Amino acid sequence: MPTTEPVYYSLTCYVNGERQTLRVRAANTLLHVLREDLGLTGCKPGCENGDCGACTILVNGLPIKSCLMLAVEAEGLQMTTIEGLRNSPVLSVFARKQAFQCGYCTPGFIVNCHGLLSAHPDANVETIRFWLESNICRCTSYEEIHEAVQAVFCAEERCKAVILRELRRGRYGRNPSYSENHTTDR
Amino acid sequence: MLAIDKVRYFGEPIALVVAEKEYIAEMAALRIKADYEPLPVVHSPSEALRKDSPLIHEHLAKYKKHEQVYPEPGTNIANRTRIRKGNMEEGWNKSEITVEVQVTMPQSDHAAIETRCSTAEIMPSGKTIIHSTSQSPYIIRMAISQSFHIPLHQVIVHTPLVGGSFGGKSAIYTELLAFIASSAVGGRAVRLVLPREQDMVSAPVHIGLDARIKLGCTREGKIAATEILHLFDGGAYSDRGAVMSRAGATDCTGPYRIDNVQCDSLCVYTNHPYSTSFRGFGHPELTFAMERAIDLMAARVGMDPLEFRFHNAIGPGDTSPTQTDLNKSNLGDLPMCIAKLKEIIYWDSRPQVQTSGHLVKATGVSCFWKNSNTPLNAGAGAVVIFNSDGSVNLLCGAVEIGQGTRTALTQILAERLGMEERRIHISTDVDTETDPWLWKTVASRSTLLSGNAVLKAADDAIEQLKNMASIILERTPDELAVGGGRVFVIEHPGIGIEIAQIVDGYKDSTGNMIGGQVIGRGSYTMPDLTLLDPETGKGKTGPEWTVGAQAVEVEVNKRDYSYRIVKAATVMDAGKVINPEMARSQITGAMSMGLGLASREAFLFDPNGAVLDLQFRTYKLMRYGEQPEYSVEFVETPHLEAPYGLRGIGEHGLIGMPAALANGLSAATGASLNRLPLTPESIWRTVHDSV
Repeated sequence: MPTTEPVYYSLTCYVNGERQTLRVRAANTLLHVLREDLGLTGCKPGCENGDCGACTILVNGLPIKSCLMLAVEAEGLQMTTIEGLRNSPVLSVFARKQAFQCGYCTPGFIVNCHGLLSAHPDANVETIRFWLESNICRCTSYEEIHEAVQAVFCAEERCKAVILRELRRGRYGRNPSYSENHTTDR
Repeated sequence: MLAIDKVRYFGEPIALVVAEKEYIAEMAALRIKADYEPLPVVHSPSEALRKDSPLIHEHLAKYKKHEQVYPEPGTNIANRTRIRKGNMEEGWNKSEITVEVQVTMPQSDHAAIETRCSTAEIMPSGKTIIHSTSQSPYIIRMAISQSFHIPLHQVIVHTPLVGGSFGGKSAIYTELLAFIASSAVGGRAVRLVLPREQDMVSAPVHIGLDARIKLGCTREGKIAATEILHLFDGGAYSDRGAVMSRAGATDCTGPYRIDNVQCDSLCVYTNHPYSTSFRGFGHPELTFAMERAIDLMAARVGMDPLEFRFHNAIGPGDTSPTQTDLNKSNLGDLPMCIAKLKEIIYWDSRPQVQTSGHLVKATGVSCFWKNSNTPLNAGAGAVVIFNSDGSVNLLCGAVEIGQGTRTALTQILAERLGMEERRIHISTDVDTETDPWLWKTVASRSTLLSGNAVLKAADDAIEQLKNMASIILERTPDELAVGGGRVFVIEHPGIGIEIAQIVDGYKDSTGNMIGGQVIGRGSYTMPDLTLLDPETGKGKTGPEWTVGAQAVEVEVNKRDYSYRIVKAATVMDAGKVINPEMARSQITGAMSMGLGLASREAFLFDPNGAVLDLQFRTYKLMRYGEQPEYSVEFVETPHLEAPYGLRGIGEHGLIGMPAALANGLSAATGASLNRLPLTPESIWRTVHDSV
């Protein structure tokens, strides 16, 4: 006879630069814990099957579909959600290029694009496509998203160097209210 | 809402479990045991019309009808619309050339990335609060009120910024279930979130169509007659499917002048998920059928496909299939759209088909039109409230689903009040308790309906401002104008008063207050619409059409029939473009959806009627990098009843895409591709079947 009594595990992780200690059910996905326990509703459930990318977050700097990862697997890891990218240049390019309509898939795209920028700052069109085809946008034709991403990757070298330096310093992965000393250098 | 005795489609809910947590509800639901006795399955609308087909609704005659629909008890016909225009005998006599086409477009999904969800809470007083990701908050309010006998004002519906919908969230579905779930637990707030799989097959889907078209034409290339049979796959229940089949009749000819028309457009029950409105509302489907016929006819007549369309384009002085008189204002300018399309795709400067080794490039074209097919009472209200600093709150019932209507409405208001857009506040939510109504956010109607209401509300506010200022400035209101945050004397713009000084009343030199808060109100209902005559289909179903011409260029690999969509173009008569960037984005987004629909999207059924592809892993959508190069151009022929002459544009970019893609691929392969979706496999099969 299965029991409905949940077993909780304690979990310590770092979300947008803040240390979080939580108690989570073994079967809870990271997506649910981020949304329900931490109120970070920027990562969206779209399919909960790893197909649409709306729930994408950065785990140790790399994009992960948070619906495919159990919360207990996040022990000790550094995570960044769209809430942690508040002033990011990628976000502002998406806004400026109007690369969204309903906006539901947008956090996933921005987070993914961010991960790409730090992993492959000189990504070519093929690499960009390879990374971004993991997300679905149903409203736009991808034309505006493409233009936004191009603008990020084709930004003037000097401008991009600033973005990258700040990325490395973890500037965008941090809650703005959080003090410099607590930021863990990746 | 929940099946009783008989389940009519795969995914039809049979029980609802309420629990403290989602996972507990899931575990409980898994313990429900249901025994099913398999029944024969009706797989398609054509099958449903066979004499020996099982009846999906045995008691159809006893059903209550909500709208003008004509079900035929004893059959699987949920609605039939007849169009009888002109004289068919005469038409066929004039037709020296005839073609016949049969097409199939399967059911598919809206696939908004946010799935449907709602929350219901019933307060001890009876007040019911619904939160729903919906296009129809005011219809939800009415449905909950009528179904559960709650006074209308006690039902309060909130909609947030909706995560995409494309027609799918205009149907009422989760709200009623959430309500009964809440009432089962004493009114506590219950949230119902559909997982993707249920969102795809339990909730209503995009309608399918089997159609047969016979087209007659003179040797000179003038279309003389058409006979059309539409069998819409309404699925197991009548949601909007029945009304969509009517829409499919009213514009059945496409934007062409055809004097002799006979059309029977049926919505047919099948054992498929039930159908509801989908971007284009019956028009992508009818257009696919008609445009395939038009392309074949152009080839038979020996005319260039765009020339043939230009030659037969409907124009002012003609009548629609429902015998509405057409003029420049209600119709727009299709020939101009075709001419402009020709330019932007370099139609005349290169062959339609170009072969290079095993690669064949070809361009397919199509034309479309769409009227709104709205109920006679479709309308909207708007309220403009001035804040004490002279800024404005705009209240209206248009749901923001990413289409940008609320932005367009603030632009319209800013223009009328002569003030900056950033001084106008509009929320992204709708609350039926405080916001004036809009029928529904559908049919590319919101900017027309709410826009006209906003203009009236603005004028009402302007009148109040002028009246107040006239006392202070000692002028008549006629001598005054509003703009730049001031009310001023037209002849001497230097003389005036800041709006901020009078919007909450004005304190005169003696300290006395005159007037009070300025609140403008406006409402609008579309005038002069009529029901259709049940025998001939004569009637007026909407105020205006949006017309346009589209093209798709493909590159086909003749070895395996894989293909690449290279370019896609649309020229649309938008009446007046309010926000150029957003307008383009609406159109390219709709084109992308149309290309996805035509190239890959379809529900696949097993022999028992179970849907096989109910996840995005198997139900494929367009992804980043697949997008072709898009070209969008506008023609602007004002629609005189609309704010600044605008026409609906939200759905229309989709309408001609399936047809243009099919026409392009047919030209490239030399086969008649009349079944969607056009996957390499289905093309290969058609090519090899026709040999």
